[in-house]
Amino acid sequence: MIGGGFFGNGPVQVALLIGGGAAVVSAVVGVFTVMRGQSFAGHALADISSAGGSASLLLGIPALAGFLAMAALGAGGMEMIGARQIRERDLVTGIVLGAGLGLTALFLYLDISTTSASGAANTVMFGSMFAIAPGTVPFALGVGALALAVSVVLYRPLLLIAIDPDLAAIRGVNARLLGLLHLLVLAVAVALSAMTIGAILSTALLIGPAAAALRVATRPVWAIVLAVTIGLVATWGGIALAYDSFYWTPGHGWPVSFFVVVIVVASYAAAGPVGGALARRRATALPAPVSGFEPGG
Amino acid sequence: MFSSFMVNTWIVASIVAATAGLVGFFVVVRGSSFAAHALPLSTFPGAAAAAWLGINEIAGLVIFALLGVIGIDALSRRGRPEVATALTLVLLLGLGTLFLSQTAEYSQEVYGLLFGQILGIGARDIAPIAVVCALAAGAIVLLFRPLLLGSVSRELAQARGAAPGRLDLAFLIILAMASAVALPVVGALLVFSLMVGPASAARNLTDRPGLALGLSVMLSLIIGWAAIALSYVTNWPVGFFVGGFGAVAYALGRSGLRFGVVGSVRA
Repeated sequence: MIGGGFFGNGPVQVALLIGGGAAVVSAVVGVFTVMRGQSFAGHALADISSAGGSASLLLGIPALAGFLAMAALGAGGMEMIGARQIRERDLVTGIVLGAGLGLTALFLYLDISTTSASGAANTVMFGSMFAIAPGTVPFALGVGALALAVSVVLYRPLLLIAIDPDLAAIRGVNARLLGLLHLLVLAVAVALSAMTIGAILSTALLIGPAAAALRVATRPVWAIVLAVTIGLVATWGGIALAYDSFYWTPGHGWPVSFFVVVIVVASYAAAGPVGGALARRRATALPAPVSGFEPGG
Repeated sequence: MFSSFMVNTWIVASIVAATAGLVGFFVVVRGSSFAAHALPLSTFPGAAAAAWLGINEIAGLVIFALLGVIGIDALSRRGRPEVATALTLVLLLGLGTLFLSQTAEYSQEVYGLLFGQILGIGARDIAPIAVVCALAAGAIVLLFRPLLLGSVSRELAQARGAAPGRLDLAFLIILAMASAVALPVVGALLVFSLMVGPASAARNLTDRPGLALGLSVMLSLIIGWAAIALSYVTNWPVGFFVGGFGAVAYALGRSGLRFGVVGSVRA
């Protein structure tokens, strides 16, 4: 189905590289995000990053730098206002999100009225997988690698704090610092995905693969491996399908983001029955389950 | 600013802002910020679909708002509610990108739908918007006690005979209706600011539910009117002002709470 020249096509190569990087980082960070119940924060950071993406058009700086800076600012803002209760935390997230989106509205308006970038709203909010500047590749992959490295270093304390915050406090884990670091890594993940599948859709790569993996896997390591696999299949599959779709409806290619979302949601739907079947098999094979790890229920 | 072509906008904005303040109060006390953000956003493809199929825009928005409710409700039964919300949101938005890619002429309107526009309202839109808002407000009044009780303690509400699951669903539907009609004016991304900003400020200013509800509606109206007036004068998007004022309202409410300025109002 893939026409000749798929892998030889410059924009496709860039999309495969950066999309793959975004998928891997998002999947790894996503597992912790889902386990800590921070899906809303993850989605909010992605939305807020759009203010950076739209400002970068205005300032003439690389889009990724804009997305990154704004996501990091948003993470800092949420952490600074800080709130103990989950309800209050959601509210603070929402208020920061609203203010960030207000800025996006303004920057996009200025983009459209001063630089005649009429498609700016579409590009920033829904992604531009095939229009990424090739020069961004080393920067994007470098930032992604850094975020992954931080996740590996923080793996144990993050896991502990996700499963049992009280125990983590007793063990002397600095929850506040860890929370901020996690938000910053999250910011990198959403900035990368925002550039590829769009600011308001990057939640698909962050939450979808991780949530699907956590329905199946009983160990965190396997959840991460599975989430990365699902994320890569969704992104690369989405790119291939979108490339192919130029031949389906002449004149209108189908958007990559659409295919990515469909694959991600389908894998989440499939993960339910698969996870259930695996759990039944384990229950018959082992007299007593000893794992202390509970995947998202 | 008050010329004839703006009259529709003022009427609709007032109806929509009052409803947002009312519904927003329960968004805040029930802690359903994510749903309140996700529903308007997943409603947005409804406008694109309506344009594509040539049906009424408000109808398209209402249908997609209900799809969002069904998605969140169905997925929450089997998994975490926030994951359900996130996945419903991206699925409907993904559909939206598909519609947009197929109707080239529509992509110009994306910006207005996401961030609001003050000139998007026609006279024939007023009646359906008013009806939907009246229904949402009526439902809030009818369910006032159980909703409030359920937000304080689910167990207590259950003991009094209210089914929390059904109440959650009812509230999602009310939320979806209020978002769908607010969307054309305020924009999909910032409907939520109009709901959460005034209501959270009101809740920080007083502990009495009735008073907080009134304050929330009042603040929401003020923010809505100010945003439209400023948007008219500066030509900047409505959403920018709504988002900014929402954050300011919250900050003021919180600092009022901290310094005890409004101690006398707290019962």
